[in-house]
Amino acid sequence: MQFGSRQRKLIANPQTELYRHCLQFYAQPPLENISLTEFETFAVERLKLLKTVENLGVSYVKSSDQYTNKLDSEFSNLHFPYKTEVDDKKPHIGPSEYEKRRKDHISHFILRLAYCQTEDLRRWFIQQEVDLFRYRFNCLNSKSKTQFLHHNNLHYDTVSLEEKKVLSEKLINSSYAGSACKVEEQDFYKVPFQDALDLVRTRKVYLKAGYVYIPHQDIVIIVLNDFRTRLSKALALTARSLPTVLSDERLQPLLSHLSHAYVGQDYSIQKSVGKISLEQIDLLAGKSFPLCMRQLHQSLRETHHLRHGGRMQYGLFLKGIGLTLEQALQFWRSEFTKGKVDMDKFDKAYAYSIRHMFGKEGKRTDYTPYSCMKVILSNPPSQGDHHGCPFRHSDAELLKQKLQSYKVSPSGIAQILDLVKGMHYQLACQKYFELTHNIEDSGFSLNHPNQYFLESQKLLGGGREVKREVDPPQRGPDAAVKQPPNPQALAEMTEDLDAYFQDG
Amino acid sequence: MTSTDYDPACLPDLLPLYYRRLFPFSQYYRWLNYGGVQKNYFQHREFSFTLKDDIYVRYQSFSTQGELEKEMQKMNPYKIDIGAVYSHRPNQHNTVKSGTFQALEKELVFDIDMTDYDDVRSCCSAANICNKCWTLMTIAIHILDRALREDFGFHHLLWVYSGRRGVHCWVCDEAARKLSVAARSAVAEYLSLVKGNVKKGQYFEKEIMLQYCYPRLDVNVSKGVNHLLKSPFSVHPKTGRISVPIDLKQLDKFDPFDVPTISLICEELDRPRVGEEDEQVDSKEKGSDMDTMERRRIRDYKRTSLAKYVKILDQFLDGVAQSHKGELLKRSDLQKDF
Repeated sequence: MQFGSRQRKLIANPQTELYRHCLQFYAQPPLENISLTEFETFAVERLKLLKTVENLGVSYVKSSDQYTNKLDSEFSNLHFPYKTEVDDKKPHIGPSEYEKRRKDHISHFILRLAYCQTEDLRRWFIQQEVDLFRYRFNCLNSKSKTQFLHHNNLHYDTVSLEEKKVLSEKLINSSYAGSACKVEEQDFYKVPFQDALDLVRTRKVYLKAGYVYIPHQDIVIIVLNDFRTRLSKALALTARSLPTVLSDERLQPLLSHLSHAYVGQDYSIQKSVGKISLEQIDLLAGKSFPLCMRQLHQSLRETHHLRHGGRMQYGLFLKGIGLTLEQALQFWRSEFTKGKVDMDKFDKAYAYSIRHMFGKEGKRTDYTPYSCMKVILSNPPSQGDHHGCPFRHSDAELLKQKLQSYKVSPSGIAQILDLVKGMHYQLACQKYFELTHNIEDSGFSLNHPNQYFLESQKLLGGGREVKREVDPPQRGPDAAVKQPPNPQALAEMTEDLDAYFQDG
Repeated sequence: MTSTDYDPACLPDLLPLYYRRLFPFSQYYRWLNYGGVQKNYFQHREFSFTLKDDIYVRYQSFSTQGELEKEMQKMNPYKIDIGAVYSHRPNQHNTVKSGTFQALEKELVFDIDMTDYDDVRSCCSAANICNKCWTLMTIAIHILDRALREDFGFHHLLWVYSGRRGVHCWVCDEAARKLSVAARSAVAEYLSLVKGNVKKGQYFEKEIMLQYCYPRLDVNVSKGVNHLLKSPFSVHPKTGRISVPIDLKQLDKFDPFDVPTISLICEELDRPRVGEEDEQVDSKEKGSDMDTMERRRIRDYKRTSLAKYVKILDQFLDGVAQSHKGELLKRSDLQKDF
């Protein structure tokens, strides 16, 4: 068979066919080759997007203006496609629409690999992707919505004018938005009842001969169900082929960490080195430390000792806020020697591990301060420990007392405890930030204790030059957003995470 | 003279006779085979038997009609239940890798039980029924039948009297058999308007009608794909009545007390029916490949009160067959099976 050269050109560009629409069901996996860097970057950026979706979904009503505005800006920052009007021919800055759609496509499939392994991961992933999809579908105009449906073989037919007339009374009665003119104006779709079970079950819709009659504005419910079902099935399939994927050594570490990854700054870039003096620490602990570090500091001052877990968590945090090695050694030594440890013992037993923290011993890994995720998930504290996340690890009564002793208002404490009950530990800490700084909205999404410190310092306007140095990742489109986790941090994460999971 | 003479103690003697000479095996197979459109549909169907002394055996399955007959004639079950069509032969389910043996399809079923109407009937209670309260059942059947046809678009509904105090509806459409658990649950909930416990108080006339007459369903029966339900033409051990199909066209004339018992039809077997025997040989028997056993069996049940009920099943199956004709042709064309 002879193909004309024109046809050959068309066939050579199957991808443009694939990205005809800014929204997709992710039915087909990407077929191209990409570099490992792109693999990593894409995955991390989508993860950031999904985490934003999660946080916003908890903090705001999903259809509210605040929700949409905040999600809008996150989309722009991370360069994901969400509105159709972009004309590729116009010159503009940043990635093209095609590139955005390609990233959307590829990143989704990479995260499937990372999130298919357990029931919890699957549930989380599906929930965020569904919310994301709902948001993007609702952004489409009416025409785009219909295009999308047909493009994806959801050939839900519209009801003909004659049939609408005949059924008009029933349709008006069935739809809660229904009024005579609305039924006339908008399209109704005939959907097989199996695709609209929730509406059938609750009798919220007109049902005839096995079809439900749905107004155009409500078609998103059907589409969402379809999306959710497809994704759920796909993840189950992905999980089965995962062992083969994981046998690729290049992919295995990255995929294993994506599901636990912290994807922001690592705060090992010590631009603030030497700007903190030891005398300030007590004051700073009360004003600008997150609850976990404040607790550790207080414990250290009171008992002149901290166990290994506490030393690691607090010590690395201090490094992150700018303590030098010499300052750290002085700090720990002076505190420990007030207790049961004498100078010699300190130098023998503890100094080594502090220098180790700063990368001056052993294999010289410069360890990075722990992210909230790490503090919450790994190494839970036992009796006599003071590390961990107090919102996660302290029981409610103890937490309440502690907050009371730090002069948090009763209503504030109630709000915090509510968030804790819903397992939103970082949001609880954010609320603690807002209450202790007397503000309504923290303006950032908390992921890291050092981030808490920096934001606090910025707010209080003090802290010398510390606040100027480092830009928090969530602000503005010019922020250095593309910071893939450096290999060292990744390697360190591997060690600790592996150990955590081995302990069962 | 329909329900007299039934004594549960006689079951062990009556059942062998029933299964050897009266049970309509060929119609039964014709039903569950669904025209042979889907491979192994009959072979992967689960049956369960309740034997003497309440011994219950599950995961029975059969390769052919003949095998089913032989087994039933050997075991003489007191009760027969029909389950789902599975991914593998149910009688081999232990050999299948764990997790892969799954219920795939089953008719959508409904169970209406007279005891659920106890709060609105004063004539009877619990397992008892009479012609007065049976009216409520008649109304419920009309409503459910109409809803299933008009709202959901189902066509092939087999209504069966359970033998004592209720009816079952088997929705046999292909779409119905393929419904998921979630879908079955949604359909059942859509249809569940009234649960019982009518409150005393002021009601409008329509509300009263609704409270009394609207079908009261046991949703759990309808939800599960692997749920086992009493088979048509099974015997009710307590009343002796056969679970017979109901002709919806004659629904208002249906009288549960007119339904034959196993003792009656066995008795009728022995009674020679005057003049009818020779004339009843119809086209089905003439010139077909049926063996003598089967031919005799057809002549046998036709001499009894069971005849008209088997006919109802036949008519139902004719309707189902129409919808298969197209399917089979399509498939044989695809496979070039001439």
